[in-house]
This record gives sequence, structure tokens and C-alpha cells, in this order.
Amino acid sequence: MRDVLEKLETKRAGARLGGGVRRVEAQHSKGKLTARERIEILLDEGSFEERDMFVEHRCADFGMEAQKVPGDGVVTGHGTINGRLVFVFSQDFTVFGGSLSEAHAEKICKVMDQAMKVGAPVIGLNDSGGARIQEGVASLGGYAEVFQRNVLASGVVPQVSLIMGPCAGGAVYSPAMTDFIFMVKDSSYMFVTGPDVVKTVTHEVVTAEQLGGAVTHTTKSGVADLAFENDIEAILQVRRFVDFLPSSNRERPPVRLTADPTDRNEPALDSLVPANPNKPYDMKELILKVVDEGDFFEVQPDYARNMIVGFGRLAGQTVGLVANQPMVLAGCLDIASSTKAARFVRFCDAFEIPIVTFVDVPGFLPGTAQEYGGIIKHGAKLLFAYAEATVPKVTVITRKAYGGAYDVMASKHLRGDVNYAWPTAEIAVMGPKGAVEIIFRQDMGDPAKIEARTEEYRQKFANPFVAAARGYVDDVIMPNDTRRRLCRSLAMLRNKKLENPWKKHDNIPL
Amino acid sequence: MFEKILIANRGEIACRVIKTARRMGIRTVAVHSEADAGALHVEMADEAVAIGPAPSAQSYLVMDRIVEACRATGAQAVHPGYGFLSEKEAFPRALAAAGVTFIGPGPDAIAAMGDKIESKKLARAAGVSTVPGYLGDIATEEEAIRIAREIGYPVMIKASAGGGGKGMRIARDDQETRDGLRSARNEARSSFGDERVFIEKYVTQPRHIEIQVLADTHGNAVYLGERECSIQRRHQKVIEEAPSPFLDEATRRAMGEQAVQLAKAVGYSSAGTVEFIVDAARNFYFLEMNTRLQVEHPVTELVTGLDLVELMIRIAAGERLPFRQEDVRLCGWAIEARVYAEDPKRNFLPSIGRLTRYRPPAHDPAVRIDTAVAEGGEISMYYDPMIAKLITAGPDRATATKAMLRALDAFQIRGVEHNIPFLAALMAHPRFAEGRLTTNFIAEEFPDGFRSRDLDADGVRALVAVAAAMQARREDQARTLSGQMPGQGRRPRTDWVVRIDRTNHPVRVTATDGGADVVVDGRTIAVRSVWAPGDTLWTGTVAGETVAVQIDPAGIGCRLIHGGTVIEAAVLEPRAATLADLMPVKVPPDLSRFLLSPMPGLLVSVAVKPGDEVKAGQELAVVEAMKMENILRADADAVVAKVHAAAGDSLAVDQPIVEFA
Repeated sequence: MRDVLEKLETKRAGARLGGGVRRVEAQHSKGKLTARERIEILLDEGSFEERDMFVEHRCADFGMEAQKVPGDGVVTGHGTINGRLVFVFSQDFTVFGGSLSEAHAEKICKVMDQAMKVGAPVIGLNDSGGARIQEGVASLGGYAEVFQRNVLASGVVPQVSLIMGPCAGGAVYSPAMTDFIFMVKDSSYMFVTGPDVVKTVTHEVVTAEQLGGAVTHTTKSGVADLAFENDIEAILQVRRFVDFLPSSNRERPPVRLTADPTDRNEPALDSLVPANPNKPYDMKELILKVVDEGDFFEVQPDYARNMIVGFGRLAGQTVGLVANQPMVLAGCLDIASSTKAARFVRFCDAFEIPIVTFVDVPGFLPGTAQEYGGIIKHGAKLLFAYAEATVPKVTVITRKAYGGAYDVMASKHLRGDVNYAWPTAEIAVMGPKGAVEIIFRQDMGDPAKIEARTEEYRQKFANPFVAAARGYVDDVIMPNDTRRRLCRSLAMLRNKKLENPWKKHDNIPL
Repeated sequence: MFEKILIANRGEIACRVIKTARRMGIRTVAVHSEADAGALHVEMADEAVAIGPAPSAQSYLVMDRIVEACRATGAQAVHPGYGFLSEKEAFPRALAAAGVTFIGPGPDAIAAMGDKIESKKLARAAGVSTVPGYLGDIATEEEAIRIAREIGYPVMIKASAGGGGKGMRIARDDQETRDGLRSARNEARSSFGDERVFIEKYVTQPRHIEIQVLADTHGNAVYLGERECSIQRRHQKVIEEAPSPFLDEATRRAMGEQAVQLAKAVGYSSAGTVEFIVDAARNFYFLEMNTRLQVEHPVTELVTGLDLVELMIRIAAGERLPFRQEDVRLCGWAIEARVYAEDPKRNFLPSIGRLTRYRPPAHDPAVRIDTAVAEGGEISMYYDPMIAKLITAGPDRATATKAMLRALDAFQIRGVEHNIPFLAALMAHPRFAEGRLTTNFIAEEFPDGFRSRDLDADGVRALVAVAAAMQARREDQARTLSGQMPGQGRRPRTDWVVRIDRTNHPVRVTATDGGADVVVDGRTIAVRSVWAPGDTLWTGTVAGETVAVQIDPAGIGCRLIHGGTVIEAAVLEPRAATLADLMPVKVPPDLSRFLLSPMPGLLVSVAVKPGDEVKAGQELAVVEAMKMENILRADADAVVAKVHAAAGDSLAVDQPIVEFA
């Protein structure tokens, strides 16, 4: 018995050591934490329940049989974040460069399977050199097993990926299929083919950071959602993030008590929309003044900035917020902003998170770049996402809601539950100037006439009352009262039940 | 008494006048430019008249429009406030022609005091102590040197038409007199179109102390004590107080009596201010007389208990002064700080924009706030960027100072940059506490501009304790999160680490009734507050002391703003704090190779092109903001590598304009 206990301790010590003191130091010197250190601060202290600590690879080629490290380069298990269950895997770069072997993949699959059964999020901490080349196709098979589970888990439990080191080649597709990707600046990168291959094939010279660093993916490609300065910041933000998310599609979003009154009045919102309709304003001020405690977790803040998406709470309950940002491109819809918002709306719908939409949209961005890029199909994604969503949908039109973009932005016609308009709202086919130039084309030569017509159109349509008269807007509310009205609407919608017709799945225009 | 008066001004002073008029039962008329249509003074007044476009030259400075507004509304009198038309002698004349009373002195008094040289001559004739000097126009170098020697060096050469520090030169010897005469004349010509200059004694260690006078139309005049306004930045007053910590009773009386003599000599009526310069030996010399209500009048109101605006209105209506000199009592101490929308870290460049947050300190009898803005208001490029006047009072100077520091800590302004950190640094300065003031205070104490001071160990400990106590509240809230595993829920913890600038401060926190006891560095600090997560202002007591700290979320921690300094603090579990030491220090990209736009604005011109060699101090570009053309100069010798922006571009703050090799 004693021997067994000693052996157990030795084995455990070996597993905890990972790739050994030297490699741990190397990891630290790169400003990176080890797989276990990351788990320690991600989970509540003492809550981590590790599994498969003794798993080893089964490769007998290229001398691998002599190099075995218990755990095989990934630490897996479950624990709690602020008391709520999460599953986690954390790749250990100090063991075989975090490379993915068949056994390594099996460990990841095991926690994913368990997470889906019990209904809890999966958080993946990625830090891996790629496939375990010594294992050949067995490693590739391992990747595919993980991919398959990412897909099955999608929409069942939230999946969050933290990229905390290299993530290249096929390996990128596992995080790519999770719900959110967070990256660490300067120490992580993601790409399908690395700078060397790029140079050989296309003669492009590019650094790994430029090609697939955290800044690239959060500003240019939109692949990643957020970039953080270091491991600690990234992990602690994940803890904050998970507090917003339901554990699975079978649970309601979490509620956290707040002292912030639901009827908090914000007089300054009455002057948020400038008198001049062409002057921008910061939609984020509205969001920050409306949500509980001013606590807004923005997703993709640096990509497609003409659209704001993120999570907040109203009366303690998580809501997803989608808003046009008039500060950037006048808040118009374009390819990037449509896909950004569409994916966010679908996430909220999948996990029963109510959606609050703030609308100030002058229309779709015109131009060949947009048309050649397929704005028709990409814009349709957002329309599709809003239309199919069955969660509570509450919309506030702050200013412009023009043309097709009005329809898209959670309008009443797309089963919007409650649609409010501020007195400054203009719900129309287009702006007065553009409309008059079409309707009264024959008067174009007469500026005085055009001006009179424009004024007439403005009087008639550049207000919320035409839409309100038709019931497209449920009420015209004072901006200062927005928080109270939203909280009341969401309370009313708490037990909303709405089902789409049975189908195998829909065919969203991808 | 008038039934209706018009206020020919905007901003806080218009609101200030309206308040008194309303209390007196007088109806009020506001005038406003297009930019001010939604302004507070318009809202407060009984009636409002639009008088033109945003630029003041086309609105607030147009006499005809204001006279017309009086006619249209039937206003019987006009209060001019300060600035704008308040010291234009033509204005009372124009009003009089229209049968409207000017709430201020007569035009002759305004004219007499409006000219620097004439007013000095008048003052001298009235027996007022003036700076030794020669008031005639000085044309030749020989003459200048002769006069300078007579007065005795150092001397000051000043433009007759001057103001705002322009056309002034100090000379310490003959050579400097020659140079100074030439350059002062040049500057005077280009700035004022009038090259006349005069010479007077240059007072060293000067203090700016002014006497408030009040005279009625029946020949009665009194002085209401003094205000010390020595703390100035580029001749703009920043802090004013009453009384002065420097004057003794004899000097006060002498100055007061001379000020009254002057008022009587020019037939003054209404409120006015006689400004003196006072040297280290309490010799005082007349500077000028301001024939209007001063910005800093509230400090006098707080120590005398009088309402100067009310008295001005009564005097204009022909009433007699309701008290005599011997009835005037100065009681306690009052300090005023001018809160401006300007960035002390960027050499006080003006800042414009929307006040996304504006929360003045909570109501308190020791605090008065004169302002015309509210949250959501706009600091516009067209007018003076003053946001508010913050005035505190107390039985003595130390109490008033303390109240000011507390009020500044609690004054929340976001959306525009502001000078509160600078004001707090001034108030906390030991030299201010000692009362050792001169008009060079800021130049001497902040020679390299403003840099917030470092907190001392006690200050850091207090903020650490506040951060820890807030964490205890957050822990309470975290435990309410739904969906926690039965029996595995969030457990309260007491040991935390407050991490500030890569330094870990371990703390032990015990929640108590209404706060927490925090052990820092082996000392137990009692922290009490009703703060709740989301509150942007933490108020409470730390070890019995009342403290206000502003809280802005920042990443995984928050920014704590207190005493004019900002610290970033994250409250971490001990393990995370230990591991945080392993995180690399990231050096921000080197921007010294760039000329960055110091403010949002319009790029008017770029004076260099790639390949140019520039010398330190050479002009590189001109950026227009707030109607001001700001010349950007090279910090050091360099070669231009690239120009990133072109004339006509609108620039964001910190946008690169020129890149150096």
C-alpha cells in the first residue's frame, strides 16, 4: 500500500512538473504562465478537479517511447468560476510544445463530452505548437474528434477560447468554431499558414504578429473578439465574461443582484442626440448609462466599430446589446458590421439571452467594394439572425431608421416584442434630402422648391409618429426614461415562449 | 425697483444674476446666441431673445441687438455680467439713449478707468499709491534709460493699451531696457495697433490683492475688504480668496480707504474693484480698476454675507447704500477655484466636447458652485472654457482649504479634460497652506508644467484600504450570482492583494457593519461607506477621516482618482498577484519620433517637408482648435522623414502629423 501511495505521489509530482523546471522558466521568460498556473487563476481557489492526470501518449516511433510525461501536454478537468461549474482544458507548451497527440485530443474530448452532458461551458486555453508530428495521422484524427465536438457543443454550451501562444494550421479551426476567442497581445498568434509558407508561396514578407497576432485578429480579420495585454488580464476578463453567460441552452441567463435602481433616470440622455442630424454622437454613452452599474462587456470593440455588440445586465439579468455607432461610418450597415452583429444575435438567441437593440442607422454602405464583397448576402445574415431569434427582443430607435436597414435592426416586423422610439427618431425610407431628390426629380433645378419639399418631407416623415400611428413603434419614450422602460419590458417578457417551425436546421445565407 | 431686467451675458454669470433677480421678484430676460439656444441661462430666465450666431462678435458683443432685445421685451435695466460689453463705455450710453438703465457704473467712470495710463494719473491725483514710474509715452532709448535709472532697476516696460501679458518686458539694466523698449513697442503695435509704452518699477515678489468697492449714486462709497488673487497662470487668475492671508488690519484699511477715494474721485457708482500689487514689505501700488462685477466676487459675498448683484441692482435703481463702512464685517474665510475645460497635462490646452458626466460635489453649506452646465451639456469652442466656479467657506483658511480639497475630490467631470487635478495640487501645496503667495507661484512651483504629485505612504495606504473595502462589497454581490453549484458556491475570502503599479499590497479585509476593517502593513484601518458597485464616487471615512475617491473602471481593476492624482489598482487573489509579477513590462511604442496633434482640431498648415532639417523650436505645423491657432514646434533638432497629414485635415488628439528620421 505504501509503495502505491509513494508511486502515486511521484506520478502526481511528475505531472505537476510538466516539461520540467527549465522549460517552465523558458515559458515564464516569454511572459507566459504555465498551463497549471493559468487554471489556478481562472478557477475559484481550490475548486479544480483534474482528470486524466496519468494519461500518456502511445507513440513508439522516433524515440518517443522513451519520452513520456504524465498528462501528455494538456491539463483537463472542471471547477468553478464564482461558484458556477465550468470545464477547462489548458495546453502545456512545456510538454512537447503543447503538441496535440491522440491521447491529448482524447483528454480534451472527454471534458467536452462531459460538459455537454451536464450543461456547463467549456473554456479552452490554447498554447500549442500544433500536431504531434511523430504520431502522424493519429494526431490529425485527434483534431477532427475535437472539431466534431466543437460543432455538436455549439449552441448547447458556451465555448470560449483563449489563445495564449501559437495556434497554427488545422489547430485554428477548433477555436474558430467556439463562440468567443480572446487573445493575448505579443505572445499569441493564429494563422492557417505561417510567415515562412506565405513567403515561399506568395513572396509576401510578413511577421507572425502582423499575420495573425492579437491586434490583427481583433482589428482587421475579426477572427478574435478581444485582445489583452497579458495572461493574467486575459484570464481574469474571462472570469468576468463567464458571469454574464448561461451555463447551457437549458438554463436561463444568470442573475446577479444589484443596488442599481431599475428606474434610474438619466437626464443627460435627453441631449445625447444632437440637433443637427448629420452630427455624430457616441452611442456607448447610452449603453453605459442604461445598463446596470455601467458595466458593459463589449465584444469585438475594435472591429467593425460602426456596430457595437456586447453584454450587460438589466435588473441583474444578462442582456445582449446591439447598437449602431453613429461615430463610425455614420453607423451604417456594411459587410463587417452585419456579420459581426449577426453572429452575436445568433449567440444570444441560442442561449436565451434577451436582445436589446439601439438603432441609429442611415442605411447600407454603398459602393463597389461592398457589392463585390457580397453585402447582399452578408447584410441578409443580420436580417436572418434577427428574424429567426425567438428570445425577447426590445428595440429603441434613437435617431435614424432608414430604408431596409430599419427593417433589419430588430424592427417590429421581425417579431420585435417592444419597439420604442425617442422623440428624435426618424423612421423613413431614407433621409429627407435623398427622398425629395427622387420624388421631385423634376424640381431639381429649383433650389427653393427643393428646399420647401425637403422641409415638407422632414415634417411628415422625419419623426417617430408616422411609424407610431401604424403601430410599428409601440411608444415614443423620453430618452431619460430609457432604462426604466427597458427593465419593465424585459420583466414583462420574462416568460416569453415562441417557437419557429420544425426544421432540421435553417439555411442562413453563409 | 425694476420689474424686468435683461442679462447681457451667458454662462454662470448670467445664471448667477438671474438667481438674485428672481429672489428680488424681478422678471428676467436672457439673450443667447444660436449655440446657446438650449443653455441653462436661457432655461432659467423668464424670457429669452436670440441675438445672433455663435461667435460672440456676432451676438453677445453686438450692442444694437441687445438694445433691441430690451425694447422688444420691455426690460428696464441691463446687467452686463463680466466680459463682453461690461466695460465698454458706449454700452451704457447706447442703453441710456434707449431709456434703459445700465446696472453698473456710469460711462465716464468706465472711460476714465479703461485707459491704463489715464487711470494711473487719476489714481495718483486722488492720493492713491501708484507704482513709481513715468506714465508718459516713451519714444527714445535714451529717455527710457534715464527714466529707468531714476526709478531704479528692475523696471517694467508696458504697453499703454496692453493686457493679457502682451507688450510687457522686464529690464534689469540699461541694455535690457534698450531691447525691452524695442520689443515691447513691436509687440504692442502688432497686438493692439498702439505702440505707446510706459515704464514703471518692477515689483519683486508681487502679490495681487484687490479691494471690492461699492458706491451708490448719492455719493456714498464703502470697501468690502480684499481678495487675494495671486495664484495666476499667465495672468489668468486660478485661485482667489478672501481675506488675504497677508494683509494686516492697518494695510487693509489703508488700501480700502484709497480705493474708496478713487471711486469717489471718478464719481463711481455700482460695484467695482481696485486692483493693487503688494510687495513683500506690504507696500501696495494701484494697478487698475475693474468697472464691473468680478468673476471672483463670490468670495467677498461669502465673507461679508452680502449679495453684490442685489446691491448693484438696488444702486442702479437709485437706492442708497443700506449700510455704512463701520457696518461691514468680514467673517471667516472663502476660497474660489476656477474649474476650466483645459488639460493640465498638455500645457493647459483647452478641451471641448460633451460633458458625459458632470456631478458637482454634494450639497453642503460650506460649498457654493456657480455654473451654467449640467450633465450632457457641451463645452463649446466659441466661449470661455470655464466649467464652474467652486467656492468653499469656513471659519478659517485651513478649514476652507480642506473643504475645497474635499469638494475637488468629489467633483466628477468626464467627456472633456479639466484642471481639477491641478487645482487639487495647488490646494494641497505646502506653500499655499503657509500663505506664501506671489503672482509667480505657479511659474515657480510648476516650472515644467503640471505633473500630478506622488502619494505619500499614508495616502497610498488609504487608497489601498478603500480598494479593499470595495472588493468586500463586490464579494457580497458575487455571492448573489445565480446558478452556483450547491455546496460549491463562492466562498468569502478575506485575504487580497491590492496591486498598484506592479507593487503588491497584501491586505486582510473583515466586513463590518457599513464597511470593512482593512489590515494594511500591519495597521488596521476602519473604512466606512455606503458605496455600491457601479457608484462612480466612493465617499465615506477612512480611519475616521472623510474621504471622496472617484472610481473609473479600467480593465481588471479601476482607476482611483483622489487628491489630484490617479492610480490604477487591481484587487487580486494572492496567487494571481504573485503570478502577475511574471508578466512582462510592456514599453509603449516610442512616439518621440512623431509630432503628434496635441488636441483635436484642424491642420491649418505644415511648414516642413520630407528631408528638411529642423532646429529645436522651429515651427512645424499649425493646428487650429477652439478658434486658436496653435503653433507646433520641434522639441529637438531632427530631420523630417515623412509628413502624415495635409493642410485642411481634421486631426484627432495624438494623431501623427510629422515623422522624424
